[in-house]
Amino acid sequence: MSLELVDLRIAPRDTSRPLFRPLSVSVTGGEVVTIMGPSGIGKSTLLDAIGGHIGPGFAVSGRVRLDGRDLVGLPAERRRIGVLFQDAMLFPHLSVGQNLAFGLPPGLRGRTARRAAVEAALHQAGLAGFNDRDPATLSGGERTRVALMRSLLADPRALLLDEPFSKLDADLRDDIRGFVFDHVRRRKIPVLMVTHDAEDAAAAGGPVVRL
Amino acid sequence: MKVEGRALRGIVLLLVFGGIVLPILAGFWQTARAAFGVMPALGDRTASLAPWYTLFALPGFATSLRLTLVTGFGATALALILATGFCAAVHGRIGPQAAARMLSPYLATPHAAMAIGLSFLIAPSGWVVRLLSPWLTSWRVPPEAITVGDRWGLALILGLLVKEVPFLLLVILSALGQIPVRRHLAQGRALGYGRGIVWIKVIMPQVYPLIRLPIYVVLAFTLSVVDVSIILGPSNPPTLSVAVLRWFSSPDVNRMMPAAAAALLQAGIVLAGIALWWAGERTVIRLGHWWIGRGGRGLSAEPGLWMASALVAGLMALGALALVVLLIWSWAWRWSFPEALPQSWSARNWIDPSGSWYRALAATVEIGLATTGISLALAVAWLEGEQRVGGGRLRWATGLIYLPLLVPQIGFLYGLNVVFLEAGLGGSMAAVIWAQTLFVFPYVMITLSDPWRALDRRLVAAAASLGATPLGRLVRVKLPILMRPILTTAAVGFAVSVAQYLPTLFMGAGRIATLTTEAVTLSSGSDRRIVGVYAILQSALPFAAYGAAILLPSILQHNRRALTGGFS
Amino acid sequence: MRRTILAALGLALFATPALADWQTTLAAARGQTVYWNAWGGDARTNAFIDWVGQQTEKRYGVKVVDVKLSDTAQAVTRVISEKAAGQNSGGSVDLIWINGPNFLSMKDKGLLYGPFVKDLPNSKFLDLSSTSPNSRDFTVPVDGYESPWRLAKFVFTYDSARVADPPRTMQALLDWAKAHPGRFTHPDVSNFMGATFLKQALIDLAPDPYVLQQPATDATFAKETAPLWKWYDALRPNLWHHGESFPANQSVQNQLLNDGEIDMSMSFDPASAAAGIQQGLLPKSVRVFVPEGGSIGNVSFVAIPYNAAHKAGAEVVANFLLDPTVQARQQNIDVLGSYSVLDPARLDAAEKAAFAALPTAPALPTGAELGSTELEPHPSWMTRLTAAWAKRYTK
Repeated sequence: MSLELVDLRIAPRDTSRPLFRPLSVSVTGGEVVTIMGPSGIGKSTLLDAIGGHIGPGFAVSGRVRLDGRDLVGLPAERRRIGVLFQDAMLFPHLSVGQNLAFGLPPGLRGRTARRAAVEAALHQAGLAGFNDRDPATLSGGERTRVALMRSLLADPRALLLDEPFSKLDADLRDDIRGFVFDHVRRRKIPVLMVTHDAEDAAAAGGPVVRL
Repeated sequence: MKVEGRALRGIVLLLVFGGIVLPILAGFWQTARAAFGVMPALGDRTASLAPWYTLFALPGFATSLRLTLVTGFGATALALILATGFCAAVHGRIGPQAAARMLSPYLATPHAAMAIGLSFLIAPSGWVVRLLSPWLTSWRVPPEAITVGDRWGLALILGLLVKEVPFLLLVILSALGQIPVRRHLAQGRALGYGRGIVWIKVIMPQVYPLIRLPIYVVLAFTLSVVDVSIILGPSNPPTLSVAVLRWFSSPDVNRMMPAAAAALLQAGIVLAGIALWWAGERTVIRLGHWWIGRGGRGLSAEPGLWMASALVAGLMALGALALVVLLIWSWAWRWSFPEALPQSWSARNWIDPSGSWYRALAATVEIGLATTGISLALAVAWLEGEQRVGGGRLRWATGLIYLPLLVPQIGFLYGLNVVFLEAGLGGSMAAVIWAQTLFVFPYVMITLSDPWRALDRRLVAAAASLGATPLGRLVRVKLPILMRPILTTAAVGFAVSVAQYLPTLFMGAGRIATLTTEAVTLSSGSDRRIVGVYAILQSALPFAAYGAAILLPSILQHNRRALTGGFS
Repeated sequence: MRRTILAALGLALFATPALADWQTTLAAARGQTVYWNAWGGDARTNAFIDWVGQQTEKRYGVKVVDVKLSDTAQAVTRVISEKAAGQNSGGSVDLIWINGPNFLSMKDKGLLYGPFVKDLPNSKFLDLSSTSPNSRDFTVPVDGYESPWRLAKFVFTYDSARVADPPRTMQALLDWAKAHPGRFTHPDVSNFMGATFLKQALIDLAPDPYVLQQPATDATFAKETAPLWKWYDALRPNLWHHGESFPANQSVQNQLLNDGEIDMSMSFDPASAAAGIQQGLLPKSVRVFVPEGGSIGNVSFVAIPYNAAHKAGAEVVANFLLDPTVQARQQNIDVLGSYSVLDPARLDAAEKAAFAALPTAPALPTGAELGSTELEPHPSWMTRLTAAWAKRYTK
């Protein structure tokens, strides 16, 4: 698996001045590439462009290739690129288990099979027995772990991390980083992370690109 | 996704344009034809200014005009001042949810019901005097005083305030939620400004732009209100809008053309009124900047705030008593002056062998559900289309939605009825539902758009990254998360539908009787007990809707803490 | 249907009353729903209309929907709007409770269906001679375009607990009002009842009341109304609210009487006081009196618009209203208390007995107490009177 950006340029349509220099990056499976830059430069916008979430207020040019296939023009739900946000973004109206099931592909049929997949994911995240919990009652670290498991259950071909650890307590941060990076390395998923925390980059161990 | 969003938005625009703007224009066109003397049904086919000359020569025309302007501007300005003062005094002391709960009975009660209750409360033979007589006042017959229908329209202004102040309070409170009030207050007071002055100099200038549209809606409403004016306003002459309705329904059919001219004039007054208000805003802003620039600390605004709060509390008490007295009447048999309570009680008013209130209730519910459903569906389609196309709001289109709230109903409803009859749809349920939707949809949009736009778009992005299609994201993520604001919106829409008087009257050709049309018709009769029954039902229905909007999500989503705060 | 089309073309005058066969009408009416537009401010009338609908449905398969109006002119306006829109058949109004200016207005504009009264079998109980009140509505010939329903006669009502000896002439009323300022008023003159009060005063005060039967001219109007205005100018400052505002109609005025804000009210229905007491809407001490010289009386009618969707059904309802048992029920004070329009001479013994057996009530005036009936002036007087009043007193 691989994620490749070729000469990617993003410019707001009203100014048409690009947010940053054309960007070319290649991420292989299991590798975590960190993108750093001052706040406001458009790191989140970059991830939006890759994931397919960008609004029409921006012009995007260049290529985004996933496993060699060009993603431009493809809607977000067909790109198979997972996203992990700072606030975990668990759906507040669903239980923890239902949040995880939301990520399961529809191809997995049968109540018991789906339930088993969810239980397995909870177990892996060290959250066994959390199936019926209200996400609002979880701690920050628990939420991040659920959010990661939810993304992984959708079987993504790449993962984007948008400052996922910045809101966590310092003593917890190492733990959760380890948890996330272990999982993606084991699954050989290419990961692009934006952050302004140098420790995040160091823990990721991969190349660092500065915008 | 973008193409699909554009198609969705196109369809909604088409519906709104074809369903709202065109019919209103067609209605105005028909009214205007009659206003200039073209009425083929009466054999008049040549345009002339005669209806206008007749109108200006009608006895009391100038007084009617003056009354309309004084009550309209007076009620709006007073409501704004009182609501602002009250918010300044109590902000931070009452939570937004508690405030919404406290205000909802006032918002839910239709204007007509409130006015009927109020008219009995403050009349010389009304409840207030009865409670005090004869032990305190020694009055055995009611005093000779004019407290309802006075020629300055004071009772009318009071009646409008009881409804409009709570509305503006709600609007201001929700606007305050978007401003860091606490920090600005602390900042201002640290600089030596009194609490009241910080409100006037710092907070209000930020709030005002957020509440401008609702203020215009209130102004348009108070300048053209019919039912409240009939019940509380002077009668000889009445306000212009009541005079128009009277002329439209005069036995002398030749009054119809001047009536149409007056209806057109009424529309002009509202537009000019809004323009005038806008010009007033500019002046106040200019003066305000100069005043703020002087840096006066003036610690003395406090008493004014407390007086405003006391007056608002008084208004709320009056409103509550008005509802209570309606309830009492609906269970009374004989209640004569100066008894504080009925001499005899009876359930006969509620026992309804011919089922007429039951039929009116059923029709009201049916129309309310249909208009609310249609308006909600349209609003969701509109907002969803807007988001799928991406952020950019069409300001002109948003403006069009509010058109029905800003132009007076009486200006186009007569003409619209003619248009409908030509289309063979006159007097049908569909016509009433459609006409009411004109006025329900804008309120639904006002209520729903803020929470809808405030939904964190990263939640939607997360769902998309997990493979959910646009429809899936709408149905499985957005709608359930927004369930509480959607139900609140539905309750608002339902309440607006229940309160509609003129559209039901004109479009229903009198065949479709709702609680409101029956209550206003009956209030022209003598039986306060039956009027009480209708007015209570009329208030109970929207109230039940608000109750359901609060209860349903608590039941359906009882275990979801993050969703409980969204009452707006 | 041919007849409908002819009527719609305004050729009704030339069409022979071809629907003589009542059976045909009954057959056509079966299954129809008649939208009866009637002033809805009186609960007993509403209940009576409901009862009529139940009966016609049972007997003839004709349903009645009571369209309650706050003003009869609303129905007129509706028919005009329909005509404006070219809807010359299938209209929304089938039957209207109507008389006076509204009738004149609709008849003049060709908005009525007819003549149909002679087609109704029960019209045999009516005195339809040209001088009968059934044949002239406010002096305007009825010509079979509206069918009689109930009798109306102007009466004053007063609370005998507060007024021992009510004033029985207009001059006495003025003196009484001066002695009791703020305790008397009349409905707004734009309302039928208020206008009728002025007409009553006009008849009593005019130098030559017979002129009122002719259309008014500028000269006759000025001459005949001069004493009225002099009288009213003296009366007005002593009225409730100083004569600056008026109750919207007689029901609101009755409510003021009930609340004790005023001591006298008025009605066009002699039984309304007794009915009001029975319903708990008026104090038990309320009684009725009539001006010394008698009072204005007229007949309330029902008419069918030219474009009504259910003409046959409407005719069946109009005919049913003239049934002697229905008229007797209507006159019953426990039901409606509205006097019959039938000619007693045309009733048989059993039918007469039904009327004789009706219950009575203290506030219900006897025929003798009601005094003589004065004729309505020509409608032009009412039109001019209301316009002149508005011009003089609406500032």
